[in-house]
Amino acid sequence: MSGPERLTALAGIALGRAALRLNRIRAEGRARAWRDDILGPPLRLSARGKELVGRHWLEGRFAHSQGRKVAWVTSGAPVELLKALDFYVVYPENHGAICGTARTAEGVMTEAEAAGYSRDLCSYARTDIGTALCGRTPVGRIPRPDLLVACTNICQTVLFWYRVLAEMFQAPLLLIDTPFLYYADAPPHAVEYVKRQLEEAVPVAERISGKRLTQERLRQVARLAKTASELWMEVMQRNRHRPAPISAIEQFIQMAPIVEMRGDPQTVDFYAALLGELDERIARGLGAVQRERKRLLWDNLPVWYRLRDLAEILGRQGAVLVASTYTNAWGELAPLIDPERPLESAARTYLYPILNRSTGHKLATMRRMLDEYQLDGVILHSDRSCKPYSVGQIDQRARLAQDCGKPALLLEADHNDPRCYSEAQVANRLAAYLEILGT
Amino acid sequence: MNAELQACGLDVGSTTAKIVAIDRAGRMRWWHLEPAEPRVEEQVARLIDLAGTAGVDLQTAPLVATGYGRNLVAGAARTVTEITCHARGIRQEFPGGGVLVDIGGQDSKVIHISPQGAVVDFAMNDKCAAGTGRFLENTAARLGVALEDLGRLTLSSSDEVPITSTCTVFAESEVISLLAKGVRLEPILRGVHRSLVRRLVAMIRGIGAASPLLLSGGVAQNQAVAQLLSEEMGRPVQVSAHPQLVGAYGAALTALEMRPSRA
Repeated sequence: MSGPERLTALAGIALGRAALRLNRIRAEGRARAWRDDILGPPLRLSARGKELVGRHWLEGRFAHSQGRKVAWVTSGAPVELLKALDFYVVYPENHGAICGTARTAEGVMTEAEAAGYSRDLCSYARTDIGTALCGRTPVGRIPRPDLLVACTNICQTVLFWYRVLAEMFQAPLLLIDTPFLYYADAPPHAVEYVKRQLEEAVPVAERISGKRLTQERLRQVARLAKTASELWMEVMQRNRHRPAPISAIEQFIQMAPIVEMRGDPQTVDFYAALLGELDERIARGLGAVQRERKRLLWDNLPVWYRLRDLAEILGRQGAVLVASTYTNAWGELAPLIDPERPLESAARTYLYPILNRSTGHKLATMRRMLDEYQLDGVILHSDRSCKPYSVGQIDQRARLAQDCGKPALLLEADHNDPRCYSEAQVANRLAAYLEILGT
Repeated sequence: MNAELQACGLDVGSTTAKIVAIDRAGRMRWWHLEPAEPRVEEQVARLIDLAGTAGVDLQTAPLVATGYGRNLVAGAARTVTEITCHARGIRQEFPGGGVLVDIGGQDSKVIHISPQGAVVDFAMNDKCAAGTGRFLENTAARLGVALEDLGRLTLSSSDEVPITSTCTVFAESEVISLLAKGVRLEPILRGVHRSLVRRLVAMIRGIGAASPLLLSGGVAQNQAVAQLLSEEMGRPVQVSAHPQLVGAYGAALTALEMRPSRA
């Protein structure tokens, strides 16, 4: 890496940060476009969250010129190991979500489709492959991967998706295979199997990064990841209060750092500050909606390109999404992280994501959440793109209604592909569902 | 003005618009139905004028709007979804609850109604118009058969040719190619109806079947649909006397409940 190149990178980062700071200050002084007569006042920290995520992507833009290596990983990949080796980590799924909320996903997906990738594939995969093909992105520029890490604990699509990326970028692919958990506990051989894969991944990641992994650094990253996950869990648990101070829709936005910046100190600071703001809101009786009457659970990924509509349709009737199995997934595993045994505990932690467990487990999670957050009903997003998350929802819906007496709505959509979203039909179903709830 | 007309219901559907006026006892005293027009607001204004001409005093008689165009009804005292309105409307005719299958122009609904008349659960066709009136309408138009003859012609044959495509548009091409192969019209029609009914049966089963099975919507006038649905479900199907007006009637009943004298 040449000296001038490094200097240019530093100047670029400084300039970018100044621009992001300016954006934040402007945003803080501006009312947001969302309907504040229906919804509660926006979080003060929103603008800071946006700046934090913006800085993360800015850093990526200059990662290579600063001599850092870049890893692209799946959302359930054991990232602590990579962070400890100073990889700059890209989460294509998070990037997909950014494209979804920025309403640019459809354009890049059609690039992937034109290249022969079927519309039946996951819309995150198509957004990512499309972005790799055409280079268009709302985050400026995404650095090329020096390493790809796919972990099968979220779905099997990643196996093929990352092979496509490996081919496109001629980058080495590390595969972490996590056996599906049919029962409550992972059998010892499954934990051992994942642990050995992680041990074998270490020399590969070391070779690519050009650095040696130290236990001390790994423990430090694991500690930060654990603390941030605990804080995130606490953020969500503040919604045990009535009115709920932060809707699950707001959580979908504020969850970006816990996914893509887990293990960074600024993520811990961010969630600590968010918790402080929520406590203030609770003390002042401020809710996510103006007049909270019904409290709901959301299952599955969000519909990224319609967050605001959903918040407003529900909010107009005094309904609020109080909890979601999706945001919960990034907090519930915190107790499994053991910073003193980082690799061993990672082997266990990364076996336990909700998508790597049975449909019965998900039902039990939802039932627990109904009690914990005192909820009135459930919206199950049947996500065309995410089969592992959507499978079982018809039975889960029936069981929630019959066993728990909670009306549940199955809403067909897609997390990132707006072409699979029928505006009038969705609004009509939601309205009819809210009438059943008696809002 | 006709003082008997106490409340009004307007159902602005995707295919037809219906307006109903009822008396104090909830009896339907006046109604009007016409094809839906693209300029919804203008049509709504005209229908409301029509109600005025028929003697409804909209200063005192509340109006509840339902259907896809309900939010475009200026002057509605309330808007309520067609799910709730259908449940409310059918209760008057068939008290005691059950499963109502409403087959409209662009959507089909299956509504599980409690014995008390509340909506317990519902399912609707998603994403496409297969299993709706539009499916039959398109096919009938392609075959040059008048809508009112569809049911009779279908039931006149005991032979049946399976239609494999559930897509409204693709089913049309399938029908054309069958005709080109020399297959008779009636068995094709029976196959088309079977395809529609099976989509409905899947929705009914998804809701968890409960008796009695009730039928409404424009398509309920087609006797072949009721008969095939009954065959598929293995139990009788009861058809509303005014199948197209159930939603508007339910809206009117909801409006009647809003009158101060009844509060």
